[in-house]
Amino acid sequence: MADVALQSNRAAAQAARKRSSLHKMLKRKSTVAFLMTLPLILLIATLVIYPAFYALHLATLNKSMQRFVGLSNFEFLFKRETFWLVVKQSCIFAITAVIFKALLGFIVAHFVHNIPAKGQRKWRGMLLVPWVIPPAMSTLAWLWLFDPSYSAFNYTLSFFGIGPIAWTGDEMWARFSVILVNIWVGAPFFMIMYLAALKSVPEQLYEAAAIDGANWWQRIWYVTLPMMRNIIAITTLFSLIVTFANFDIVRILTAGGPLDHTHIFATWAFRIGIEGSDIPLGASVSLFMVPILAVAAIFILRDISKRGNEA
Amino acid sequence: MTTVTIDKAGPTRKAKYGSMSRDRTWALRWSYFFLVIFAIFSLTPPIYMLITSLKSSAEISAATNPWWVFHPTLENYVGLLTSNQFLRFFWNSAIVSIFVVTITMLISVPAAFALARMRFWGSTVLATGVFLTYLIPETLLFIPLFKMFAVIGDWTGVQLINRWYVLLILYPTLTVPFCTWIMIGYFASIPKELDEAAIIDGASWFQTLTRIFIPVAFPGIIAATIFAFTVSWAQFLYPLVFTTSTDQLVMPVGIITTLIKGDVFNWGQIMTGALLGAAPPLIIYAFLMDYYIAGLTAGATKG
Repeated sequence: MADVALQSNRAAAQAARKRSSLHKMLKRKSTVAFLMTLPLILLIATLVIYPAFYALHLATLNKSMQRFVGLSNFEFLFKRETFWLVVKQSCIFAITAVIFKALLGFIVAHFVHNIPAKGQRKWRGMLLVPWVIPPAMSTLAWLWLFDPSYSAFNYTLSFFGIGPIAWTGDEMWARFSVILVNIWVGAPFFMIMYLAALKSVPEQLYEAAAIDGANWWQRIWYVTLPMMRNIIAITTLFSLIVTFANFDIVRILTAGGPLDHTHIFATWAFRIGIEGSDIPLGASVSLFMVPILAVAAIFILRDISKRGNEA
Repeated sequence: MTTVTIDKAGPTRKAKYGSMSRDRTWALRWSYFFLVIFAIFSLTPPIYMLITSLKSSAEISAATNPWWVFHPTLENYVGLLTSNQFLRFFWNSAIVSIFVVTITMLISVPAAFALARMRFWGSTVLATGVFLTYLIPETLLFIPLFKMFAVIGDWTGVQLINRWYVLLILYPTLTVPFCTWIMIGYFASIPKELDEAAIIDGASWFQTLTRIFIPVAFPGIIAATIFAFTVSWAQFLYPLVFTTSTDQLVMPVGIITTLIKGDVFNWGQIMTGALLGAAPPLIIYAFLMDYYIAGLTAGATKG
């Protein structure tokens, strides 16, 4: 269909090229197109690209932003123990959360896909609710569920004889809590993506596999996963970027505590740059997100251009 | 030789059918079982919001069963909906979201049209650039943007920091790239014959966009609008950084900074506020779920 459209278009273009009036229109077309994209270009240039480079400039200034200090902000960071804590926590947070989101999303998508089609809409609707609620609002609910003295979870667990847990007070539990909330918010996104991908796997492949005597595990391993490889890769990379750059959940749930153990780059940069008014140091901290973002972006771009060539 | 295999295949196939249907029933039961567990996991926080919002502060501090309301009351709702401050947050959020959605669509629809249909010098690079911008998180940009706006305020005297309208400049950086990206996908799926017919009939490019592309790609436009609205309603970092006076705050930041007074948490009101803050996206989602999901999946599948 697309090929036919393309060919007829090409033929039309070749016929058109002979007439000079159309040539003029082509010239005008590029002007119109440029004007149509101009607001977009301006927006990206002034509010995304410029600030990104401005952050690089800011990172080389001293606290009062009057003197060029080169890389000494970074040197200062490397010597601070909290910085390494933040690096470690950011990696633990992002990697654990993304793995569990992907796994949970995959499992839930399978279950939704398994049940009769007419009930799927209802279940999908319920399971996507965490993604729809603004994260800042739902994190408040989690904060209240984790409340040190009135925790509803601890109330429930006390019936099973499990002692009160300091969900946001203890270092390890606080780490667990921020990751749990992140999984809760992000898993539905994976579920929806995987569900869409599962629907596009041709039924014949499963039938062929069943005839060959494949059990359910083999069907997943040899049919589902290879067919969904692209979507799994791209969703995971997307989520890795978003999770790595997360702010709302950690900020509201623990604000980086206890003793800076749950700070990730974004929340620590906010603490230093905005609350502590050390803009250059804050900018340097947030710049450490760039390498991982760049790596993920390269992979996503490669995947997209590959699919573009196939089409 | 052949007859032997047929004989062999007959009974096993029959047996397999029986076991397969039994397998299917069990698979179905397990599916429902786990779906119920996941649904409980997904819905616990919002339901707990609702439960707490119906409790008086006395009942909350009495530490009775937290999962049940013994004396339901609407005092939290009345308290918030009659408080000028809270209505101000709601109003600010609504105004900001509506303006941002309008700005976003005005920028991204023409740009997506140009990028999808009018091949021009650098259009493919620009399309990729739009996608890359979508990957840059706001947590990377808030510090330089804050400094930029402070500098602009010093130089020109135009005070942008701590004014709600600064959010109208900031939010489009989050919404425009994604909306442009999904609109490119929707526009690219429209058959080329349609706009060629329009051009032959003498329509200008602008007319082709408004008379043909926008009506045909209307589901995409709804999906993009929903996305832009949800993002601007839920955004937390930018308003937290750029606005501080209580009359300039939007919902999420307003609830967190004003209802939490020092170490005193008025949980009944906080949960009510959170529920009211979550209501607009939830209502839109309830009515337009299919568009919502279409937009969500279009972003990553329409490469």
